[in-house]
Amino acid sequence: MRPLTDEETKTMFEKLSKYIGENIKLLIDRPDGTYCFRLHNDRVYYISEKILKLATNISRDKLISIGTCFGKFTKTHQFRLHITALDFLAPYAKFKVWLKPGGEQSFLYGNHIMKSGLGRITENTAQYQGVVVYSMADVPLGFGVAAKNTQECRRVDPMSIVVFHQADIGEYIRNEDMLT
Amino acid sequence: MGRRLDPTNKSKRGPGRKARKQKGAETELSKIIATDDEPKKLSSRARKRAAKRAQTVQVSKVAITEKKPKKGFSDENSEWLKPVKRKRKIEQSEDEDDSEWEQEEDMEEEGQKMVKKADDQEDDGDDGEEDNKDNEEEEEDDDDDDDDEMVDDYGAMDDSGEEEDDAEDSDGEELLPIEKAARKQKAKKKEALEQESDEDDDDDDDEEDDDGDDDDEEQKEDEMEGDDSLQVNMDEMGKFKLPGVEQREKEGLLPLDLQTIHQRIKDNIDVLAHFSEKREEGKQRSEYLSLLRSDLCTYYSYNDYLMGKLMDLFPLSELVDFLEANEIHRPVTIRTNTLKTRRRDLAQALINRGVNLDPLGKWSKVGLVIFDSSVPIGATPEYLAGHYMLQGASSLLPVMALSPQEGESVLDMSAAPGGKTTYMAQLMKNTGIIVANDANADRLKSVVGNMHRLGVTNAIICNYDGRQFPKVMGGFDRVLLDAPCAGTGVISKDPSVKTNKDDADILRSAHLQKELLLSAIDSVNAESQTGGYLVYCTCSITVEENEWVVDYALKKRHVKLVPTGLDFGKEGFTRFKERRFHQSLNLTRRFYPHLHNMDGFFVAKFKKICNTIPTAPTSTEEEAEPAEAELVSVPAEESPAAEVKKEKALKSQQGKTQPAKQSAKPQKSPQGKGQRGKSPGKATAKANGLTAKPADEKKQGPTKKKGKPDGPKKAKMAKLDGAVEGEGDKVKKEKKEGVEQEGDATKKDPGAEKKEGSRFEKKTMKKKHNPMKKKNRMGKNKFKKLKKILNNDESMV
Repeated sequence: MRPLTDEETKTMFEKLSKYIGENIKLLIDRPDGTYCFRLHNDRVYYISEKILKLATNISRDKLISIGTCFGKFTKTHQFRLHITALDFLAPYAKFKVWLKPGGEQSFLYGNHIMKSGLGRITENTAQYQGVVVYSMADVPLGFGVAAKNTQECRRVDPMSIVVFHQADIGEYIRNEDMLT
Repeated sequence: MGRRLDPTNKSKRGPGRKARKQKGAETELSKIIATDDEPKKLSSRARKRAAKRAQTVQVSKVAITEKKPKKGFSDENSEWLKPVKRKRKIEQSEDEDDSEWEQEEDMEEEGQKMVKKADDQEDDGDDGEEDNKDNEEEEEDDDDDDDDEMVDDYGAMDDSGEEEDDAEDSDGEELLPIEKAARKQKAKKKEALEQESDEDDDDDDDEEDDDGDDDDEEQKEDEMEGDDSLQVNMDEMGKFKLPGVEQREKEGLLPLDLQTIHQRIKDNIDVLAHFSEKREEGKQRSEYLSLLRSDLCTYYSYNDYLMGKLMDLFPLSELVDFLEANEIHRPVTIRTNTLKTRRRDLAQALINRGVNLDPLGKWSKVGLVIFDSSVPIGATPEYLAGHYMLQGASSLLPVMALSPQEGESVLDMSAAPGGKTTYMAQLMKNTGIIVANDANADRLKSVVGNMHRLGVTNAIICNYDGRQFPKVMGGFDRVLLDAPCAGTGVISKDPSVKTNKDDADILRSAHLQKELLLSAIDSVNAESQTGGYLVYCTCSITVEENEWVVDYALKKRHVKLVPTGLDFGKEGFTRFKERRFHQSLNLTRRFYPHLHNMDGFFVAKFKKICNTIPTAPTSTEEEAEPAEAELVSVPAEESPAAEVKKEKALKSQQGKTQPAKQSAKPQKSPQGKGQRGKSPGKATAKANGLTAKPADEKKQGPTKKKGKPDGPKKAKMAKLDGAVEGEGDKVKKEKKEGVEQEGDATKKDPGAEKKEGSRFEKKTMKKKHNPMKKKNRMGKNKFKKLKKILNNDESMV
């Protein structure tokens, strides 16, 4: 377990800022204590300083997880967000997409979002903007990337893809192993 | 094999392939059986229609005309009516034969669609001719007695009205003989029944309730046919007799009849409940019990050992309830995740998805029971979003007993799959610290998944063996130990427990539980402002894994039992068979499937009084004894005495360093808050105390050895043997320098856990050189003693 290097921090923050923009600083400066990012087994964990101190008691090979896992660095040093980060992305998300009840199921099975499943979308979403996906009852379901901007979304036919799937909460069942 | 298809007879629009085939059969049959009245043949439907007509006509007649004939009809009447019937039957026997075939085939074809009336008639017709018939059909007969009688009634009258019928449909005549035959059969049966019912009316009554109609019918029919053996059997069941040895042996060879065994279990329990009144002269209670035990084993397919345990645990009346409860599944329950939602909102959301649910009970504010669901309850979007957790009702209890407070540090020693851990997190509102540990790395994956899904952010998940715990981290405010167990409380979940657990398994898990419980107690900080509590729970119901373990901990550590805060559940045992436990064990709680409709469970809550580990010679002595006993036994079997003594000396050193190390460790632990800092001094003192006492120990050693049960010892011995091999060459050097040697020896230890332990041992060793040396010296003393003992042993052998 170690702090991120500058380069890693940059990669990760770039990725995060696609979804929550400048709200990143709300993750760092929290009123309820200092929180920080730590790298362990290529995975980035977001932890309170207090817990971090305690976790130092545990040897590296025995430590499985601490706090919340945000994602992992791939072998090519790119950062990939995991669904476990959703709890921290959802409250701060700048661009959102809401799914109709019919489209929920399909998205939770790992499919892209079709126009037919789209309920609402934030105004002036740009193309390839990171978006957080909600159900109509405002339950966060996952996140993805807008395939079309809002204007285009209005015009396209029902079967065309409007949001590319990146992660969804169905992964908790589908690939639990990936999370650790 | 198959019948040849007759191309000439092929009909293009037949009712179906099967029917066509049977038509072929028909043609074949007609070749074999020469029939005279071909034209009379009718299709089954036609016959049914006719039957219906006949019935309606007759009913209306009955309604219109006087009720005399109907009234007048009775068994006596049937008797005087018989001759006519017989005559008719003879006349039409061939005819019937033929029609029967057809009818039977039709029956197959039509299946359940058949009109009941026609069905009855057909069946009865069959009865007249041949004895093979199904119970179902027979049942129906009896149900429809009235109808049949009415038909008979009509038949009786039909001397006058026959022409009329014939005019109406040619079918009527054909039906009547069948009815007649049926009636005859019925009358016979009734007579037989009446006779019998006089004999054993009382006996039958209770049995009938249980066995269901089928069996009654069967039995009665058999009896009617003059099968005496069954009759005898029933008598036996009425007044329960204990079967003799040879009879039981015979039983082993015959195929099992579960129904009889079930009945025998009931009778047996009844006798045992009123033993003085209902017992058979000269039979012991133990004979009844052994029969009951073997019967229960067969009926519920348990192994003998576990059944014995259960019979010790429950009164007989309760035992059957328990066994029955193990055959059915507990209701599915879920726990609301209050970190993300409220129970009312969740219930509403789930109801909208077509789930039928109810609050779990007034003792839980977060539990919901799922009765049925149109969607898989483990894969709804609410589940995935972490609004609830699938969790048995019983696993809420230990957490409620623990009642972790906000801001505390809590340890869950065996966390997988994370149900209890996440419940703790939600009670603590994601504040404080939770350390979730499990020994199995694979199972930790589900812990990680569940923690993230439910939004728990204050958790550290690690993969240690629970027994190392105070060394890794200590000073927790609260500790939950959900110990690995034999699982005798969750047989409904895992029926394999019924057969694959034996004495050794139970004792092995009990031993592990004791070790875990001690290290759990050591991880608690007694001086915590808010806590200092420990909850021990298992999903087993055996006393060995529960009360015994708790009692052991009470003796070993400065802890006391406190009320669990659960207002239901049965009190733990303070005495069980030959064992006597501490009085306060009535504060523990037991939960049973048959009483509380949740998995079998045991919960005990401790409060730690003092952080120091008791060093009184009495307790340490106990600790040392088993080790010594084993040490003695190992060499006695296979190795020369010299090696033994060194081995032993080594071992005793390790044993002594253990407590010292334990008490020393907390200094490092972040939460130690210094309260443990005092203890090392004491610990060393204790070590010294120990070393000063070897004489006593050794005297007790050999005697203890004999008394000890074999199971756990063997395991330990195996471990020891491994150690011996590993250390064999090192032993010679040992005398030179005690301290270094110890380090070497521990390095060589084969067990992975031991390795873990050795790291710490080494550290502590470096800290305290003096005690080690002393110990070494004492080891020499021990050597002499041991030699003596060994000599004794050999002489005894």
